[in-house]
Amino acid sequence: MTKDEQTGATLLPRVSTRRKFTLWTLPVTLLLTLLAWEAFTRWSGLPAFMVPSPRAVWSRFLLALDDGSLLRHTVVTLLEVLGGLSLGLTVAICLGYGLAKSRTIERLLAPYIVASQSVPVVAIAPLLVIWFGTGSLSKLLISALIVFFPVLVNTVVGLRSVPVDLRDLMRSLRATRWQIFAKLEVPAAMPVLFGGLKIGATLSVIGAVVGEFVAADEGLGYLINVGRGLYDTALVFVVVFDLVGMALALYGVVAGLERWLLAYREVTSRS
Amino acid sequence: MSESAPILTAYDLSMVYPNGDGGIQALAGVSFTVSRQEFVCFVGPSGCGKTTLLRLLAGLIAPTYGEVVFEGKRLAQPRRRIGFVFQQANLMPWRTVLSNIVLPLELQQVPAREAEDRANNLINLVGLNGFETSYPCDLSGGMAQRVAIARALIHEPNLLLLDEPFGSLDALTRERMGAELMRVWEARTVTVVMVTHSISEAVLLADRVFVLSARPAHVCLDLPIPLPRPRSLEMTHTGAFGKLASQVRLAIEQG
Ligand SMILES: Nc1ncnc2c1ncn2[C@@H]1O[C@H](COP(=O)(O)OP(=O)(O)OP(=O)(O)O)[C@@H](O)[C@H]1O
Ligand SMILES: [Mg+2]
Repeated sequence: MTKDEQTGATLLPRVSTRRKFTLWTLPVTLLLTLLAWEAFTRWSGLPAFMVPSPRAVWSRFLLALDDGSLLRHTVVTLLEVLGGLSLGLTVAICLGYGLAKSRTIERLLAPYIVASQSVPVVAIAPLLVIWFGTGSLSKLLISALIVFFPVLVNTVVGLRSVPVDLRDLMRSLRATRWQIFAKLEVPAAMPVLFGGLKIGATLSVIGAVVGEFVAADEGLGYLINVGRGLYDTALVFVVVFDLVGMALALYGVVAGLERWLLAYREVTSRS
Repeated sequence: MSESAPILTAYDLSMVYPNGDGGIQALAGVSFTVSRQEFVCFVGPSGCGKTTLLRLLAGLIAPTYGEVVFEGKRLAQPRRRIGFVFQQANLMPWRTVLSNIVLPLELQQVPAREAEDRANNLINLVGLNGFETSYPCDLSGGMAQRVAIARALIHEPNLLLLDEPFGSLDALTRERMGAELMRVWEARTVTVVMVTHSISEAVLLADRVFVLSARPAHVCLDLPIPLPRPRSLEMTHTGAFGKLASQVRLAIEQG
């Protein structure tokens, strides 16, 4: 008893100091990085088209914001990403369910699915552009393709991890197939599935940009290509940060959803 | 009590789990009868096939040979009138105590209001008031097992199967839970078949104790326990109790 109380007492402040720690480290490290970057551009003697200063990037950002180009291209890419993510998720989860449930489906498809993963997405991207045009559709598909595998694997692993005893419980209560799916398999697989979802969310951005690199006339990948062609390096920096922000935001949404849906896993303090 | 009609009969149950060479025989000709509202315990050495037997009685698996007759009909699949308590509490971690308990009714589409009323009665019975909205990760082992018992009782099964329900609890909690189970059983019209590896638990709780031999298991002792009810822990110190317990122990050793 007293031992429990002791560990509880030492545990609490440790958690809160850790939280405080992350709260002030982020702005400080960010500031230090910016300063180092500024110093580097001043004293390295490299021309601005190689490494633009933070302030040059900032003013380029304001300019791109002002003429509406940044927003327009961001929306294009974001829609491709969201479309690819939804498509990839849907197909991966459905197929994952089939693979987890049926040995026959697994035996038929698993070798191809695994083999397909040794083909780099960058290599198939041009094919998809040839087949589906230079518009958003081909980017959406590339994004879906890259999202597909991690989500599929996690779906299968998640469904296989459903405890046998809980399955027996549902069977002993004469649950229907649908009830077993909705009330046992989905919630039980959720934690593992979210692992795949987090990876998928960040990968989906990469997929769309890879597609835009191949051939596009809009989107953030296209904007990077434009910046590179014009030696507008500041613009490339702006877009890179934009992409990082987009990936982080998607990750954040998934992580937030996870924390909300899986709140039951956090032990609420007894006492 | 034991004169009334049988609720459950096992005829010559044998179970062979398939594996590479010939299979593992878990049960070899287990036969017995359980009467309505009887409390019977099965004891046997570890790994002898106790869980296998209960899964057969629940209709979760089919015997290789023999059959189970429940309420006059051959058991071919699980029945709602049979409740099952697993070796581990086996709760759904994403459900609160209350919603874990109402699960069986939810699956039968019983209206939520009625289900909650019945759940609250059971929560009173097993002494979990105040924990309705807690999640399983916040419960101690004993509390979790009480939730599991409440869940197994909520759809008012005629037969309750328990697989070493207190096996993972400490000795004190275990004794208390045994007493509580006895109280629940006395308050309801339910037949209990419980597996345990504790001889004194079996003798204290049961009307009849079956001893299973080492694997492949068969019933090597069917011992009526004529101790008066209500029973209390003090009885474990009486001579009659000691004699019954040593009879069981002897059967296990010779099994
Ligand atoms: N699904 C299964 N497939 C193959 N063999 C199994 C299976 N379940 C149990 N067995 C084997 O059957 C035998 C009896 O197992 P069972 O779990 O019924 O014993 P038990 O008496 O409940 O054991 P414990 O005391 O550990 O709870 C064991 O040798 C076990 O390895
Ligand atoms: Mg067992």
